[in-house]
Amino acid sequence: MTAAPASTVAPPPAMPTRARRRRTPALWLIAPSIVFMTLMFAYPMLVGIGEAFTGPDGFTLEHIQRMVADPYFWPAVRNTALLIVVLIPLQFVLALTMALMLRAKPRFSGLYFFLWAVPLAVSDLAAGLVWLAVFTDQGYLNSVLADLHLPTFSWLNYQNYGTMFLTVVIAELWRATALVFVILVAGLQSIPKDYEEAAAVFGAGTWASLRYVTLPLLRPSLQVALILRTILAFQTFAVAQALTGQNFPLIVGETYRWSTALQNPNVASAIALVVMLASMITAVFYLRLLRDQSEAKT
Amino acid sequence: MDARQQPTTVVSRRTLLQYSLGTAAVASMAAACSASTSGGGGAGGGEGGSLTFMATQFNPVEERQKYEAVLKQYAPGVAFNPVDQAVFSTTIKSQVAAGKVQIHFVGGLHGDLAPFSDQLEDLSSLAAELQDKGYAKDLLDLAKLGGTQTKYIPWIQASYVVAVNKKALQWLPSGADVNNLTYDQYLAWAKAAKEGSGGKAVFGIPAGPKGLHHRFYQGFLLPSFTGGQITTFMNADAVTAWTYMKNLWQYMNPASTNYDFMQEPLARGEVLVAWDHVARLVGAVGDKPDDWTMVAAPSGPKGLGYLLVVGGMAIPKGAPDRDKTIAAIKSLSTPEAQNATLKSNAFFPTVKADPPSDLPPAIQMEAKAVAAQQSAENAILALPPVGLGAKDGEVGQLYKNCFQEICLNGKDVQATLQAQGQQLNAILADLKVPCWPPDPVQPGQVCKAM
Repeated sequence: MTAAPASTVAPPPAMPTRARRRRTPALWLIAPSIVFMTLMFAYPMLVGIGEAFTGPDGFTLEHIQRMVADPYFWPAVRNTALLIVVLIPLQFVLALTMALMLRAKPRFSGLYFFLWAVPLAVSDLAAGLVWLAVFTDQGYLNSVLADLHLPTFSWLNYQNYGTMFLTVVIAELWRATALVFVILVAGLQSIPKDYEEAAAVFGAGTWASLRYVTLPLLRPSLQVALILRTILAFQTFAVAQALTGQNFPLIVGETYRWSTALQNPNVASAIALVVMLASMITAVFYLRLLRDQSEAKT
Repeated sequence: MDARQQPTTVVSRRTLLQYSLGTAAVASMAAACSASTSGGGGAGGGEGGSLTFMATQFNPVEERQKYEAVLKQYAPGVAFNPVDQAVFSTTIKSQVAAGKVQIHFVGGLHGDLAPFSDQLEDLSSLAAELQDKGYAKDLLDLAKLGGTQTKYIPWIQASYVVAVNKKALQWLPSGADVNNLTYDQYLAWAKAAKEGSGGKAVFGIPAGPKGLHHRFYQGFLLPSFTGGQITTFMNADAVTAWTYMKNLWQYMNPASTNYDFMQEPLARGEVLVAWDHVARLVGAVGDKPDDWTMVAAPSGPKGLGYLLVVGGMAIPKGAPDRDKTIAAIKSLSTPEAQNATLKSNAFFPTVKADPPSDLPPAIQMEAKAVAAQQSAENAILALPPVGLGAKDGEVGQLYKNCFQEICLNGKDVQATLQAQGQQLNAILADLKVPCWPPDPVQPGQVCKAM
């Protein structure tokens, strides 16, 4: 993913000169991004890997062992994986529905777009705190339940894993669907209406038109949104932190905890490496999926 | 862009406005700066500029402002500079090593100062001068940092007590004195309270991510059951202590894992009885002091373990203006200045001082509980870990892990203590620090969990 900007640099127009001359401007053009990547990505990454595997006596696996032995590590891995598996399909269905509804150009569609995009501007932590006010023991939800003479419930209690998970999913759904939505709206806008009209002429219903015309044309946007959203989902933690504290640990939250509260950069780096590996594997997986499909088409 | 195309008169008017605004801002900033640095400079003391007082305490802006007001009144000319612990350490280390000390004196908790024994001036003569102030002997011993010279003058102290909403007293087991509880009675009380309030647990502990419950295990539970904090970490008494904790947890509000400051659930009425740091209980009482009482922590088989948070004022070696600094330390060690700190920042006097009559009721109750705890016959003084520096958080986390594994995840007590104890020993072996109270203090010997 990070190599993308480099590959977009087009070769300079062919000139009747030696190959060496031709290569130089290309090098000059990509040099800034190479320098930038080295300084901002490669160097910190190498330092991070170094931190995770070195101790006072050189190479050590001690930090990895501490990471694995920590009582919060495996729950954090499980929660993060579960959240991604449940959240991302939900978000795509929701974002797609919203985007298609806007495409029908209802009245006030500009207002709806604005309202649905608002969560993009809200910080993770602020969103988490807002939802905390809703779900906490004496929060808005329980107040409403009490007013209706219904039994109240401790949604965020560590014993109620199911509701804890549910609240995090709802909060994340609210906060992060906007990103997918905006990408999909942009993608839909680039698809001319003619295709759908043509499909209608040939007798395709709404469903068939969506399945065979709109979705395939939307594929590039869906892929971008999918990669972005999954990688960002690995980094989710502020919302869960605000809602459930340490009861529902997420893996990036663990990096943060080891690095700030526990002041141990080594174990923090080890956990960050896990996040990086997982992100890289998913990115490669998605990219391969993308390539296979484009090959199948041509 | 538009402005550039406008007639010049408009531009000049706008520019004029901007300039005048800017001038006003600069002037007001300058006024504010001069007020804060040389504040009260004319009132005496700070003849040749101000004294710099760097501290690890009162860092949040509200607390800082309150403490600056105290300084302004009792040690005018002292510029207060609260920093976090990492900055504190590197500043002392680098300035003393470079032989160019610019800070006049420093204030930190015992554990913040302990690593700098060699970088701090000998204050034995000042301590002798201040002897009539009535410092507790424990405090004076601690101030020697394990050596023979006094390295700091006790500055502030605080502890942890139990806040009790009087509604909960109805479930107190018969024969139990709320001011003098044992851990068994505390458990029976929690159980009766849960049953009495229809299955809703009303006891709480600050087990949230920013809560201080590890201090409960380090300074209260374990010393009371085992007599130690580190050296007894994995022994049979510790197993008893944690088994007790597991029992107690059944009768505690499960929302405790979200509580950082107990004053909040106490004030909301979610919790009626809770242990926490005095500064984190003050808000519970609010404007209904008659509904509340504060009591000493319970006592266990080995005694009444309690954690003392003590801070001291020290002078780095080679600091300038020593005489003026000593005068400032002396004036901060008067009962008046110490009482003012109690009133504004809820840290208790280290010197003998009659509590002022206009003390907020919450602090008054706490003062009583702290005194009762400290003067109990079977009291066992415990300190927060000393000399761990940046590893303090990790060690605290190991105690929190024990709670997580034993009480929440239902893991085996002995196995958990072994696993966490090994991590503890790895950290201690790396740091090579001697033990601290309540474990036997033997300088030069590395503390080890057994």
